Amino acid sequence: MSELTLTLLRLGFLAVLWLLVLSVVAVLRRDLFNSAARRPAMAGAAPAPARGGGGRPPAQQEPPPPTHLVVTAGSLKGTTIPLGQAPILLGRAPESTLVLDDDFASGRHARLSLRHGVWMVEDLGSTNGTFLGRNRVQDPVPIAPGAQVRIGRTVLELRR
Amino acid sequence: MAAARSAAPRTGRNMEALLIVVAIGLAIGAYAMVGLAVNDALPPGMLGYGAGLGALALVLHLVVRKFAPYADPTLLPLAMLLNGLGLVMIHRVDLALGKGFLGSAAFKQLLWTTLAVVAATVIIVWLRDHRQLSRYTYSAMAGGLVLLLLPLVPFLGRTVNGARIWIFIGPFSFQPSEIAKILLTIFFAGYLVTARDSLSLAGRKVLWMQLPRAKDLGPLLTAWGVTLAVLVFERDLGTSLLFFGLFIGLLYIATERVSWVVLGMGLFLGGAFVATQLFSHVQGRVNYWLHPFREDMIDSSTQIVQGIFGMASGGLIGTGLGEGSPYGTTLSYSQSDMIFAALGEELGLAGLFAILLAFALIVERGLRTGIAARDGFGKLFATGLALSMALQVFVVVGGITRVIPLTGLTLPFMAAGGSSLLANWMIIAILLRISDSSRRPPTASEGPLFDLPFDELPDELKNDPEFQEDRRRLGGQENEPNSQGIPVGHSRASEDQHYRSADTEHGWDDQPGLDEPEWDNRPRTGGHQLGQNTRRRPDAPDYDQESAVNR
Repeated sequence: MSELTLTLLRLGFLAVLWLLVLSVVAVLRRDLFNSAARRPAMAGAAPAPARGGGGRPPAQQEPPPPTHLVVTAGSLKGTTIPLGQAPILLGRAPESTLVLDDDFASGRHARLSLRHGVWMVEDLGSTNGTFLGRNRVQDPVPIAPGAQVRIGRTVLELRR
Repeated sequence: MAAARSAAPRTGRNMEALLIVVAIGLAIGAYAMVGLAVNDALPPGMLGYGAGLGALALVLHLVVRKFAPYADPTLLPLAMLLNGLGLVMIHRVDLALGKGFLGSAAFKQLLWTTLAVVAATVIIVWLRDHRQLSRYTYSAMAGGLVLLLLPLVPFLGRTVNGARIWIFIGPFSFQPSEIAKILLTIFFAGYLVTARDSLSLAGRKVLWMQLPRAKDLGPLLTAWGVTLAVLVFERDLGTSLLFFGLFIGLLYIATERVSWVVLGMGLFLGGAFVATQLFSHVQGRVNYWLHPFREDMIDSSTQIVQGIFGMASGGLIGTGLGEGSPYGTTLSYSQSDMIFAALGEELGLAGLFAILLAFALIVERGLRTGIAARDGFGKLFATGLALSMALQVFVVVGGITRVIPLTGLTLPFMAAGGSSLLANWMIIAILLRISDSSRRPPTASEGPLFDLPFDELPDELKNDPEFQEDRRRLGGQENEPNSQGIPVGHSRASEDQHYRSADTEHGWDDQPGLDEPEWDNRPRTGGHQLGQNTRRRPDAPDYDQESAVNR
């Protein structure tokens, strides 16, 4: 076997070795950015600030609609979520919009949804309940700006 | 922003199969290159070797496909690649030493690989839920400590090359600390998941660190004592570093307190320093780590020096498989402790970096599995397993490259040694199992996830009549949002007559119409109907209520 062939084999082997390792990295990269890559597509379908959004009745000028959901207490304190048109599912289940890390929250705990320009909160049959201020929520209830929605130990507010 | 849909779950199994094929192909190619270089012909055993390795990989892949379909797709190919390359290197040294097939270390390693794959299969099939293991937290501790200290038992343990980490039963030898690694990881994870609150929250703040309370130091000191015992009596720095590092690492991950790391490192360095002063064998190791080329050291530091020269002659791309001389007097222990140097000679820096990257990826996948795990035990367990592998690679490679004193740990998957192979395949199997449960999309029928059982709820809530009423009414059935994710607009217009502002009234429960609301689909208009759907909890916690109901 000639020297040249062996050298080529040697380099080829190293190349394939790196190819394998790098393709593993590529798989992981797809794994990491998978969910992030899907998100902009959805956000595009529902532009972030609800102002001037398609099917809303023009009636409501004052006060301006909230644009962010902010976690003000609990383990996710400080998290903000921009509000679009789409409903927001809150809970511990991984498919939730905001995945709560809260022992007192249910898998699918509550949902915020925009109806006729007003954000409503409703409980999805959670074990420990959803509270708007001091009151336990069952069916969709409008959230006043600045009102506190409490789920377990997590408190959320709508902000402009 | 939408509620993230659970899109068609991608399991990655086909990608895994593809990567495994490439990994096995690489191993077979390496085998062929060794044959070409040494005997100038394709080795006769190539097909048999490839078929054997391929069959093992196929079995594992099919088992994962059947029993853990959502498991991480990259762990298996990486482990297979490392195992295959290790086998080739062992075989290559066998050839140079002129060993027959049946007596060769490669054949033994292949048998152990088979056994390890069987063990991994058993774990994937039988361990349906890794949380089962958390029940054996303290049994695992006892078992792990016994295994760790077993080589100290007279007649059972024997000192090999200065370290007493082997046990011999008849013709069989075993390194029990490898299995102890898994057992103690179970213990650390199970213990820390229950103890982390007291370990992380209590304590005084000194400078920027929060120091733990004195009474919480017990476990740390115990781990330290056992570690030092291993260091002093088994003369094995690697094992003691591995276990103490594992404990400190998990402690830090569980508590997020830097003070534990500082304390632990201080204790270990202090202990190691004292051991260096007191025990000549530890001192010797340190000396020939610091001055391997000194004339009076060369007798004991031969191994390190040989390894360094081997890697140096490998250079950037290596001498080529089968063309170096990583065996015999040129490099002793080139099948076990020094296999990394042997690989460095024949594959060069490029090959070593690829191998290190493969290890790093396995560790990264382990940590990632830990992050994604849905339970605290699983998080710590997966992280601990990844950490143990990372530490072991660090100790081995660090020893060979003179970052730390050389010790007798085995490079996972690659070095000849059955116990190590067995333990590391078991780790891969457990990681596959945990990653399967964390990547598996939750099924809709599971109902609310992770709700506390009724008994564990706060008393305040349990005694709340309204809560009990809700429980009875819901009766465990799930409230499923409809497919568009947009709720049907229902308002309780009929209740408006009963309810005034919720924060001025109490005791709605005797009002008619509450429990059987009349639904209608009249849409709401505007945002000015606050409060009529809300009921006041008699014992609701004190909230700033400026905003709750403000019409």
